[in-house]
Amino acid sequence: MRAFAALYTRLDQTTKTNAKVAYLAEYFAQTSDEDRLWTVAILSHRRPRRTVNTTLLREWAAELSGIPLWLFEESYHVVGDLSEAIALALPQPTQSSEAGLSHWVEYIKSLGAEEEAVKKARVQSAWLQMEHTERLVFNKLITGGFRIGVSQKLMVRALAQYTGIAENNLAHRLMGQWTPDSTTFEALVLTEDPLEDVSKPYPFYLAYALEEAPESLGPPKAWLAERKWDGIRGQLIVRKGEVFVWSRGEELVTDKFPEYAPLAGLLPDGTVLDGEILPFKDGVPLTFNELQTRIGRKNVTQSILAKAPVILMAYDLLEWQGEDIRARPFAERRQLLERLLSDTHTQGIVQPSPLVPFTEWQALHSEREHARQHHSEGLMLKRKAAPYLSGRKKGDWWKWKAAPLTIDAVMIYAQRGHGRRANLYTDFTFAVWDGNTLVPFTKAYSGLTDKEFGEITAWVRRNTKERFGPVRSVEPRHVFEIAFEGIRKSARHKSGVALRFPRMLRWRKDKPVREANTLEDLHQLLAAYEGNG
Amino acid sequence: MALLEFTDKGIYCEAADVYIDPWRPVGRALITHGHADHSRWGHQHYLCTTTAAPVIRHRLGNIKLSTTPFGETTSINGVKFSFHPAGHIIGSAQIRVEHKGEVWVASGDYKVRPDGISEPFEPVPCHSFITESTFGLPVYKWKPQSEVFEDINAWWRANREAGKTSVLTAYALGKAQRLLNGIDPGIGPIFTHGAIENTNAVIRKQGFALPPTIRISQQQKSQDYAGALVIAPPAATGSNWMRRFKSASVGIASGWMALRGTRRRRAADRGFVLSDHADWDELNEAIDATGAEQVVATHGYASIFARWLREEKGLNAWDAQTEYEGESLEQDKADDQEGTNETTV
Ligand SMILES: [Zn+2]
Ligand SMILES: [Zn+2]
Repeated sequence: MRAFAALYTRLDQTTKTNAKVAYLAEYFAQTSDEDRLWTVAILSHRRPRRTVNTTLLREWAAELSGIPLWLFEESYHVVGDLSEAIALALPQPTQSSEAGLSHWVEYIKSLGAEEEAVKKARVQSAWLQMEHTERLVFNKLITGGFRIGVSQKLMVRALAQYTGIAENNLAHRLMGQWTPDSTTFEALVLTEDPLEDVSKPYPFYLAYALEEAPESLGPPKAWLAERKWDGIRGQLIVRKGEVFVWSRGEELVTDKFPEYAPLAGLLPDGTVLDGEILPFKDGVPLTFNELQTRIGRKNVTQSILAKAPVILMAYDLLEWQGEDIRARPFAERRQLLERLLSDTHTQGIVQPSPLVPFTEWQALHSEREHARQHHSEGLMLKRKAAPYLSGRKKGDWWKWKAAPLTIDAVMIYAQRGHGRRANLYTDFTFAVWDGNTLVPFTKAYSGLTDKEFGEITAWVRRNTKERFGPVRSVEPRHVFEIAFEGIRKSARHKSGVALRFPRMLRWRKDKPVREANTLEDLHQLLAAYEGNG
Repeated sequence: MALLEFTDKGIYCEAADVYIDPWRPVGRALITHGHADHSRWGHQHYLCTTTAAPVIRHRLGNIKLSTTPFGETTSINGVKFSFHPAGHIIGSAQIRVEHKGEVWVASGDYKVRPDGISEPFEPVPCHSFITESTFGLPVYKWKPQSEVFEDINAWWRANREAGKTSVLTAYALGKAQRLLNGIDPGIGPIFTHGAIENTNAVIRKQGFALPPTIRISQQQKSQDYAGALVIAPPAATGSNWMRRFKSASVGIASGWMALRGTRRRRAADRGFVLSDHADWDELNEAIDATGAEQVVATHGYASIFARWLREEKGLNAWDAQTEYEGESLEQDKADDQEGTNETTV
């Protein structure tokens, strides 16, 4: 695995896209077909399943390293990455191995069927044959957590450089359902036009965040506005009497959402819709939390379907009557979409995402302020004349998110950061006043500058009251403005609320602790916005 | 009262009424080494090793400072003090304290493996040992320094071939001189930031031969730096000072670079794992070698490390609160200020 580990290091050491592609192409040129295929699979989210649970890995690593488990756990907390912590703690290797990536992936896969004692012996023996980065990569593969800063798109570009085949063609060949066990590098990558795959999606077009006011976009009449929904971006395909649903990560999620199955008989063949997979009940969207809970489940049960049913909030039509219409202007596609959905009875499973009418930009400012009342995250602005592009392109599609909710809170606990912030206190617990007591209600760990984190770290070290493992309680002396995207009731939290995407907006050095917000303020926000974020 | 106590001013020896590395002004301070968190302003009288003195004088200016050679005993109120090499930076010492048959060693900062420039660490048998634990976790294990220098040389060579400047950040005192002493000066010219050149001048004057270096100045042009190595304090990389280099690769030499997350957070092109502090194995080795049955851990992961010593080694160990800072990735403020004035010598 030395070559793959060396590639990992090189990719990790650069942030330059061209360099990454060049390293990857160079690696493709030098490795075996088997390793090429596995590399393509791993970089297109087809990682092998986890065959060993991480609790066991920690125990085995601690044992082999000659340290007690608690010390391994403390180290892991500081490192922030289990695979790396294991690789660092282990003793020097006793041998080396010439075997490549595919060998080790098969080795990992074969563990699945083994007894625990055999697994342990094999994993420990593998560790002793590897250098640091090889171990790191091996651990990431075995825990199913392998990630590297190379998108599928960059991988395809590198593959194109190596094979001389056009990127588009390669991208299509790599889509769909395959695993390295079901194909070969030759058949998958080098063979022209493999099986017709009716499920093939179009690449998604992604919007940029609008940082300035929409006035910067020019005359308002060139634009349409919709609400920005808080679900999962999805592409729904009906071809040859079958339904396929893809999520934005080019993942086929049809089975996760059986609600869409009837559309096979309802929508005409040759229809591809772009929209939001949105939990929706009694005429209103539910919180993203409901959807997230649902996705986390292995099986979609009747009770889940009853609790958080989904619809497709459709906002674009990409294929119509079997024709790719992405090059047509958005306004035209939008009209065809509306016509299609009014002509077809979809039992409410597909609904057109309503346009937000406006003639002056000013009207949209107030729509954005009230976004949460419409159960949305803000607005989407789309240029009427724009074709449907692929990937994230600036200019025609903008998301204009609602301003976050905020509350001033007191820091009461601090914890050292993980990984890249291992030597700083970055994870804080915040509280609001309830009479004379401070009630913790959220944690937050982002939003400050490195300099501010350095400053607060020095302060935490000098103002610790008590230590509980990695957590320190500190004097309640600092007020932070906490921003968040939504709030909901939570029986699990002492405060009775849970926040969505909390982060530190500002360190309010100007604000005395006594002037932080109260639990009542928090409950007022809950009453006003519950479920709307 | 134990022979050495941790007070809010520093490590205190009541029998002799002296402090070791105090962080608040005291009457008499014994100083292990010249880093800013161990040798601070404001004491009435200082005592350190002969080789540590020039840098401390340079940093603190007009102070009352006495020196002692390594291994020599100084008696104060019947308490015997002696300084022994700590291997951390030039002149750095562990301070041995003996009174009525009881022996303590306050080790300041130390590393066990020789770095080629500091006086090599010597284990000092004692009953009680005050250890640092900046890197007191089993994930910190250093590669031999020869391998690290090979990596640094290879990085510099590759940058030089690409016409780039290699900017390597390091502590002005200690790490910078260790790097100069260890890299291959045959690869190309070496430039230094003012803060580092000031310290170099002090070190050279006391007789250490460092390879030739050129102080960065306004008179130079950006093409002078193409292919060169520049050694700078960490704070310089985020500043306007960096603008003079047209095309540069930035490397950081620090023990913290052992963690991928820390490497990425610093947004440097390369991290070289090189520390003047003991790694996990060295800490354990050093403690074993003292034969101490009582150990006080300071710096960094003190409470975790003390628990390890207690539970796994059966030692009477605990952690003490100090104001030592370990190996910071940020530059000491004091050194920073020295560096801003490029014309001082
Ligand atoms: Zn030091
Ligand atoms: Zn120190």
